[in-house]
Amino acid sequence: MSVAAKGVSGSGFDVEQVRADFPILQQTVHGKPLVYLDNAATSQKPRAVIEAISRYYEGTNSNVHRGVHYLSELATANYESVRETARAFLNAADHREIVFVRGTTEAINLVAQSYGRSHVQSGDEILITEMEHHSNIVPWQILCRERGAKLRVAPINDAGELDLEAFSNLLGPKTKLVAVTHVSNALGTINPIRRITEMAHSFGAPVLVDGAQAVPHMKADVQALGCDFYAFSGHKVYGPTGIGVLYGKAALLEEMPPYQGGGDMIMSVTFDKTVYNRLPYKFEAGTPDIAGVIGLGAALNYVTRLGIGNIGAHENGVVRYATEAVSAIPGVRLIGTAKEKAGVLSFTLGEVHPHDIGTILDQAGVAIRTGHHCSQPVMQHFGVEATARASFALYNTKEEADILVRAIEKVRKVFA
Amino acid sequence: MSDLRDLYQDVILEHSKAPRNYRELPAANHRAEGFNPLCGDRFTVYVTTEGDAIRDISFQGSGCAISKASASMMTQMVKGKTTAEAEKLFRRFHDLVTGHAAANGNVDLGKLAVFAGVSEYPARVKCATLAWHTLHAALEGKQEAISTE
Repeated sequence: MSVAAKGVSGSGFDVEQVRADFPILQQTVHGKPLVYLDNAATSQKPRAVIEAISRYYEGTNSNVHRGVHYLSELATANYESVRETARAFLNAADHREIVFVRGTTEAINLVAQSYGRSHVQSGDEILITEMEHHSNIVPWQILCRERGAKLRVAPINDAGELDLEAFSNLLGPKTKLVAVTHVSNALGTINPIRRITEMAHSFGAPVLVDGAQAVPHMKADVQALGCDFYAFSGHKVYGPTGIGVLYGKAALLEEMPPYQGGGDMIMSVTFDKTVYNRLPYKFEAGTPDIAGVIGLGAALNYVTRLGIGNIGAHENGVVRYATEAVSAIPGVRLIGTAKEKAGVLSFTLGEVHPHDIGTILDQAGVAIRTGHHCSQPVMQHFGVEATARASFALYNTKEEADILVRAIEKVRKVFA
Repeated sequence: MSDLRDLYQDVILEHSKAPRNYRELPAANHRAEGFNPLCGDRFTVYVTTEGDAIRDISFQGSGCAISKASASMMTQMVKGKTTAEAEKLFRRFHDLVTGHAAANGNVDLGKLAVFAGVSEYPARVKCATLAWHTLHAALEGKQEAISTE
């Protein structure tokens, strides 16, 4: 077993210092140091995020956009400052293009219900890909059933890459929207979003990008990508659960009807007529998850302070190392071997069911995800019921990859 | 820390690799499908009854070592028993894998006792009981696929 070099890389990214920022990583599981490799499900939270939420509840808690009193103004200022943080994080042109939602799933449902219901007619088509998470399939199925539209699915190849030619052939004048993931949660494949948006725009179809698995690993610059909507969840990028962001181009958001009605999303209400609030508040009905937004802001600041380029470079080194070591184990089949990948190592081991792999790894302190990863069509493509998935974050190390490899060897021994 | 060997006993590993009564039963007068949506385990259980007696039983499908071995050993255990005896055995087995005191302690589990280790792994209880739930559904004559969720 090789021992990886510790310490600071050339970029100044010190993984040991980073690990010290995450209280949960200091614990043992079944008597072994926790090796947390389930980051594509949810990431752990740095102290900066946990403390920001505590500070909010201890010192600032108040409702936003309502009060004239001191705390309400402070809470509103803090809440709105995170909108600017998120705008900068995505390099959106305008802070009004940032809508706070519960997560990626709600963001996609918002676009399906608001943009979809007002633009998609009977006979129209929505184009997605075979590698989508269920959250980027089911909202479109619901919309298509309701409108009599057709859901088209662009296939992937056996490396888990999108077949761009087939994708291009499925685009046409009937395509009213393209929904595609930036990074596949089950395979780790990075999609060429810029090319996809150019192709879709040539048919006038706007593009929604599911960025849930991308933003923890790489710069997501919505203007450079050229996408029309971009969705991500806070909890996968070191923030709290229950909060996420929908980016939408202002011109599209302006003309879209509200998703939910209630307080805060209105300008004036009479029983005859209601005037909706301006962007982005039109899409933020009710008291929002203020603490969640504050925590999200702390998470995005944390990532920005470390530098997303440094994070990605460190992770790629660990993932490459782990992929090489795991694929050398007899019986291992990698699921997802795209040239461009981020964060994910999905595999099967001979006839051993992934669930059994997960239990044995857990006994070694190694947390991974086993199952279909909410991507059953991907499993069907590769002819498997399930995979074992190790997914990496900025605090994972090559030493942890070594522990993963030893634990998989243990699985082989039990099932020899 | 619980020893992995408590869970993955040799008998269990052996049955998972070479499951018994693993076939379709064309003459079955009861059959049901069981599904665990969390891990994708899916089994069909076929039963031929004559009066109250289970004359023949088999299963097919895919799942983890625990669920497959449990299905295999279940078919061996209930073959030749009455349906009431099989249901009693299920209740006793359920107590065993959930670590509950033996409320149905007067029922002899025989070699199913090797599943005692499952009680240390709460996430695996559904694996061990999937085939039994499916058998129960087959005997009750349920048409819809049953789910552990």
